[in-house]
Amino acid sequence: MLSYIIRRLLLLPVILIGVTLLIYCVFSLLSPIERLATYIHDPNTLIIPKAAERLIAKYHLSDPFPLGYINWLKRIAHFDLGWSRTANQPVKDAISQRFPATLELVLYSIIPVILVGIWLGVISAVHHNDMLDQTIRVTAIIGGSLPSFIFGLLVLFIFYGILGWLPPGRLSSWAQDIVYTSSNFHSYTHLITIDALLNGNLPIFLDALRHLIAPIITLSYISWAFLLRITRSSMLDTLRKDYVKTARSKGVDEYTVIHLHAQRNALIPVMTVAGTMIIHMLGGVMITEIIFDYPGLGFWTATAAQQLDYGSVISFALLFATLMVLGNLIVDVSYALIDPRVRLE
Amino acid sequence: MNRILRKLFSNATSLIGIILLIIFVTIAIFAPVIAPPLSEDYYQIPRMSWDINPQPPGSPMSGDIRDIYDYMGTEIKYDRAICGTAEGGYDIFYGLIWGTRTAFKIGIITVTVSMLIGIVIGSISAYFGKWVDEILMRITDIFLSFPFLVAAMVLTTVLGRGLDKVMIALIVFGWMGYARLIRGSILSTKEETYIMAAKALGVNDGKIILKHLLPNTIFLVMVQGSMNIGSMVITAAALSFLGVGAPVGYADWGQMVSFARNWIIGSPGHAGQYWYTVLYPGIFIVLFVLAWNLIGDTLRDILDPRLRGEL
Repeated sequence: MLSYIIRRLLLLPVILIGVTLLIYCVFSLLSPIERLATYIHDPNTLIIPKAAERLIAKYHLSDPFPLGYINWLKRIAHFDLGWSRTANQPVKDAISQRFPATLELVLYSIIPVILVGIWLGVISAVHHNDMLDQTIRVTAIIGGSLPSFIFGLLVLFIFYGILGWLPPGRLSSWAQDIVYTSSNFHSYTHLITIDALLNGNLPIFLDALRHLIAPIITLSYISWAFLLRITRSSMLDTLRKDYVKTARSKGVDEYTVIHLHAQRNALIPVMTVAGTMIIHMLGGVMITEIIFDYPGLGFWTATAAQQLDYGSVISFALLFATLMVLGNLIVDVSYALIDPRVRLE
Repeated sequence: MNRILRKLFSNATSLIGIILLIIFVTIAIFAPVIAPPLSEDYYQIPRMSWDINPQPPGSPMSGDIRDIYDYMGTEIKYDRAICGTAEGGYDIFYGLIWGTRTAFKIGIITVTVSMLIGIVIGSISAYFGKWVDEILMRITDIFLSFPFLVAAMVLTTVLGRGLDKVMIALIVFGWMGYARLIRGSILSTKEETYIMAAKALGVNDGKIILKHLLPNTIFLVMVQGSMNIGSMVITAAALSFLGVGAPVGYADWGQMVSFARNWIIGSPGHAGQYWYTVLYPGIFIVLFVLAWNLIGDTLRDILDPRLRGEL
């Protein structure tokens, strides 16, 4: 197992270089002048004759591919990601400012994914081919066929348009005044719900939560439909194992058999998939944040993509790919740690 | 093969899927009859008015647009927006019908091409093994390091708007699953005696892969492909929804939902006033994807040997 983990760690730099290389390939599909636009704060600097040529030379944008790649990597290593036209600030600042909002959304979304997905999956397997199983399965298939952007619009329509309960955005305006301008409110983590609790400000906490519920439902629902399917088939598999039969024939009650004997073993493969899936959920933040005007990374990137703000979009891809590579590493290593049978070659 | 077809038709869920699919194929084939095009560019949704506000179902074509068609000598074959108009006067009904063709085009082309790429890479990787396998699989890992939607969005943004660009992006980041699948199944058949025999007889590598290995493994990949058509269509629609997909006014369901985004809440006191802008395209997308998923779900159960005989 140790050799597997070491091999996996040695592979990390290779994958990271591959990821940056791939992103640079995409980036270099743009002309030098388009790439230059990702570094320029003020378009007026280009009015001076020959300014563009000088800047292209300065940023090594017309260099041959390998040289250009190395120079680009050097800038990234110094966190020089260029200028975001959409946010009107350096990309680095745009990302660090919006990251907490997205993190808060994703962290909370994990809870319903795991709870609902696994719970329904187990029920479905235990009642294999019953009415209940069929209903859950068909609901999951329909859920999997309903794209998140339509589902999200429906949530927005019902809970905001009709009922007026769950407004879009991240905070109501009265709460914004307190959180962003008041000197009494300290931002420790920039996760508003947590900060509100740390400040002992319950109204702010509730207001932040009220804005989070609809995005959480939207972001998590595709993942739980998927997790349900995995849990179901893994549980079906486990329930047929000999030790489950043994437990039953010994007269162990059904609850213990299902929840203590079978479920624990059935959940090992599920947990690894869940890890990968939570990472994949990151992809959904763009759609969710756009629908609910939630001011996070996804909202910013989607806006940037519409305005052809290449620097922002490329940096977002770089960030998410890095997060995914690291996330997958953690998932793989913990898989090896959890399940002693795993001796992956 | 016969067993699978029989199961597909005898299972209630997959039967619903097949019926839905037949309906969609019919709509796609007869699109020019159901919604006669008003211009040379069939995929451009005609506008029923210049009004920015959506118009309810049954609204007539506005007078000035009628004048333009009269002036151009175009015969107006229908002049009412049966399902209403989206933002900017785009006829929803026309978009739905021609959008069916777009959906099939996206689904079938992207899945076929990415499947071919996956088959080539996967079979080379598995057959030659060693460092070829190592390199190809690490490349696969690198492509898998991006969330699919994010990767497709970045590439479409850089390439520019257009349905072809969307399809390129979906293919570039869509072949990895097939490569892994075919690699796995070739690895398990590679050691069979008939392959050894072929090798001993001096049959060349290309022929062994094409004639002996692929026919035994390709079916699995094709099943996987049919299950992916739905998700490809969803992703393409999501790109249009984010505003980087098909050009404005192109008959594409995702874009029609994106048109609805600003109107979904309705106006004060009239919640849901513009229901038709999201309901109709929404239903079309859901049913189309559902059809493929229903068939795919049954195929998966049929092919899962552990569940064989229990359906």
